[in-house]
Amino acid sequence: MSKTVGVKDLIQKKDKLSKMKSGVEKSIPVFLFCLASISVLTTVGIVSTLVYETFLFFKDVSLIEFFTTTELKPLSPVEPKFSILPLLTGTVMTSLVAMLVAIPIGLTTAVFLSEYASPAVRKVLKPLIEVLAGIPTIVYGFFAFTFVTPLLREFIPALGATNALSPGIVMGIMIIPLVASLSEDAMNSVPNAMREGAMALGATKLEVTLRVVIPAAISGIIASFVLGISRAIGETMIVTIASGSSKNFTFDITQSMQTMTAYIVEVTSGDAASGTTAYYSLYAVAFTLFVFTLLMNMFARYISRKYREAY
Amino acid sequence: MKDMNMDIAPEKKSYIDLNVVQKKMSARILLNKIVNYLFLLSTLFGLIVLVILLYRVVADSIGWLNIDFLTNKLSTSPDRAGIVGAIIGTVWLMIIVGPVTMVLGIGTAIYLEEYAKKGRFHSFIQTNITNLAGVPSIVFGLLGLTIFVRVFGFGSSIIAGGLTMSLLVLPIVVVSAQEAIRSVPQFLREASYGMGATKWQTIKNVVLPSALPGVLTGMILALSRAIGETAPLVVIGIPALLIPIPGSLFDSFTVLPMQIYYWTIDSVLVDEYAHLAAATILVLLTVLFVMNSVAIIIRNKFQKRY
Amino acid sequence: MCALTITARKSTKANAPLASDTENTEKNIVMNTRALNLWYGENHALKNINLPMLENDVTAIIGPSGCGKSTYIKTLNRMVELVPNVRISGEILYRDRNIFDKTYLVEELRTRVGMVFQKPNPFPKSIFDNVAYGPKIHGIRDKKILKEIVEKSLRGAAIWEEVKDRLNENAYGLSGGQQQRLCIARCLAIEPDVILMDEPTSALDPKSTLKVEELIQELKEKYSIIIVTHNMQQAARISDKTAFFLNGEVIEYDNTDLIFSTPNDKRTEDYITGRFG
Repeated sequence: MSKTVGVKDLIQKKDKLSKMKSGVEKSIPVFLFCLASISVLTTVGIVSTLVYETFLFFKDVSLIEFFTTTELKPLSPVEPKFSILPLLTGTVMTSLVAMLVAIPIGLTTAVFLSEYASPAVRKVLKPLIEVLAGIPTIVYGFFAFTFVTPLLREFIPALGATNALSPGIVMGIMIIPLVASLSEDAMNSVPNAMREGAMALGATKLEVTLRVVIPAAISGIIASFVLGISRAIGETMIVTIASGSSKNFTFDITQSMQTMTAYIVEVTSGDAASGTTAYYSLYAVAFTLFVFTLLMNMFARYISRKYREAY
Repeated sequence: MKDMNMDIAPEKKSYIDLNVVQKKMSARILLNKIVNYLFLLSTLFGLIVLVILLYRVVADSIGWLNIDFLTNKLSTSPDRAGIVGAIIGTVWLMIIVGPVTMVLGIGTAIYLEEYAKKGRFHSFIQTNITNLAGVPSIVFGLLGLTIFVRVFGFGSSIIAGGLTMSLLVLPIVVVSAQEAIRSVPQFLREASYGMGATKWQTIKNVVLPSALPGVLTGMILALSRAIGETAPLVVIGIPALLIPIPGSLFDSFTVLPMQIYYWTIDSVLVDEYAHLAAATILVLLTVLFVMNSVAIIIRNKFQKRY
Repeated sequence: MCALTITARKSTKANAPLASDTENTEKNIVMNTRALNLWYGENHALKNINLPMLENDVTAIIGPSGCGKSTYIKTLNRMVELVPNVRISGEILYRDRNIFDKTYLVEELRTRVGMVFQKPNPFPKSIFDNVAYGPKIHGIRDKKILKEIVEKSLRGAAIWEEVKDRLNENAYGLSGGQQQRLCIARCLAIEPDVILMDEPTSALDPKSTLKVEELIQELKEKYSIIIVTHNMQQAARISDKTAFFLNGEVIEYDNTDLIFSTPNDKRTEDYITGRFG
């Protein structure tokens, strides 16, 4: 009995501390709220810096010059020219090559893992493919520059030492796991009843996949493609190393092409003094990059949510 | 139900010719088999590239990766160059990124899962985090350059790089911590409340310990992302040839990926630099491999306990 | 007569074919299951099943949950093989050919033995495309012929009048009962010989159930139907023959009216009078 009394005493004693306790209880959510708002502040920080410095840039350079002319010579002492088009073509061409690799291979990998592979095979292959996603991009850059480019030059003698083709391919390989795992998720969420329905009509696995599973999962699959493109556009190190810094307005992927990201690297690590137009130009480019990737990410989320079939 | 009788057409006309179906069947099945192997081949493609990549790195670093390489300071001479500075720089970076993302990430996750009312504001923060996760890392670099390097006046120091990198990997920690907290069963919380515990006591003593493995896994993945990330640091400005070893948070520094970057682009000038880059990559990949293995072990060990 | 029947049934209890059944001699056997055993891993799910199935009959399979009735019907078109670690012995003859024969392609079998599932599972496509799916994969490309097939199949499934004006709308806009009849139409479109129905009305409301039951009565004019049901009234209403499954075994197989009026086995009687199940 005495023991019970002891516990009660203890609890009562503790209750004297309850005032302090309720103070803690009240301040904790406030503190946590502050921590949570850091992420919002980060976004605010990104948007406001980009907008502010971009605004300063467009005081010197017109929007028309930036988006419609084709010459980019930021550091020319005589007559600097600022057009984003050479960078846009560089970005688009490298991303295009990347997606030409990532979409077919990523999608077929997803189909294989989701529809064809036995659970045991899937269990082994899936994490191995994920390893590709965990390799730092700088390593891919090294690989593109010191291995893939020299290899491609064996077959395409005209290929430049830096070019859009090789980093594009390597970027595509990097994006395979992203496309594969998101597409596979989409296909896995197609109910088995639908596969059975098609098989009961005498369809082969291929017919089930092409005519039932892929159409049913198409929104998730397209979302994976869009996210892949967004990743390719924002990728920096591979293209900085292997695509070079040529600012010519060209569509020739065998030659050096600078992407938006590589331009930012060049200007920040170069001599452009703070306050010059060349310096502000990198914010204008970064802002363009930010808007592009943000829109694509939002679009991907929108389609995968909006068109998710209610089975 | 007379109309139903009329629905059934009396005609016996057949559209499906069994002979035709049979004839086409073998071709369809053959195609399915061929495609099966093509898909397998395609799946293996990524793995083959992975093997080639690893082989290249290992082959290139043989003879270069040794104790001297790990303990020497940087040097323009390939024979004497080492990465001790980059290793220590990477450790310094982790000293910032680890605690900062842990406090910010877990705090945000607790707020979102346990305190915030599910409504507009909640989904606003959630969307914001999802969007941040998709922002290219180089844009974070510009944020760091503008805010931490210039406005706060930290210069290209460890603290500037560390804070920038923390913001970059924050979404990874938040999302995985949220998932871990969400997977703590409700009955554990109710048991704690049932004994008169307050909300914070419940979170501190019941929810967080149960969510710990998931949180840790997310932390490790975030740190391994930070260790391998290069672009934001390039933007912040890391010198190509930094010989002194950093001693405080406000010193300039270099890290393993930066060293790989400089040696790779300079390998056109000095052939041996490619080997140094490969050796550094091998060190980096080994570190990442160990970290990811630990994460997987933690995840498997604590999976599905309820 | 009655006494005679009962003795005859007793003598053939295990291996169901009915000597006494006069119908038996008139109707052909479409599918004949002989000494079928099936294991899921170590679990012996079907034990020495012997069942004939007659042309243009509705054969009902009844029994409590887990008795193997669903497994059995899925074995008839080899859908059961999608489950990992399934082992099968014995044979099922479809029109005198063993469906487990190595040269018998499952895809071919399934064009002859169609299936309707427990829950309606239309594809997320238009009503037209749902029905045209089967003919298309089997090589029919002609738009006009496809149209004719779709109309004929939808009429056959007694849903044509309801959907003829919205063939291009998504099948998910239909009610559950309509979806199930659409799935039946989809099955009819490949002109099967046998239709397997795995509790086709269990997900439907009573009104839709009635419609599907009436449809089954119509369909047996042209097709042989096997239906799994846990609803004994349904089995009694629509089937000609009934097999009672328990723990993976066929306890009793006979004319439906006999099974429900004078069951031979105590366990059958217990089940149909609702003493367990």
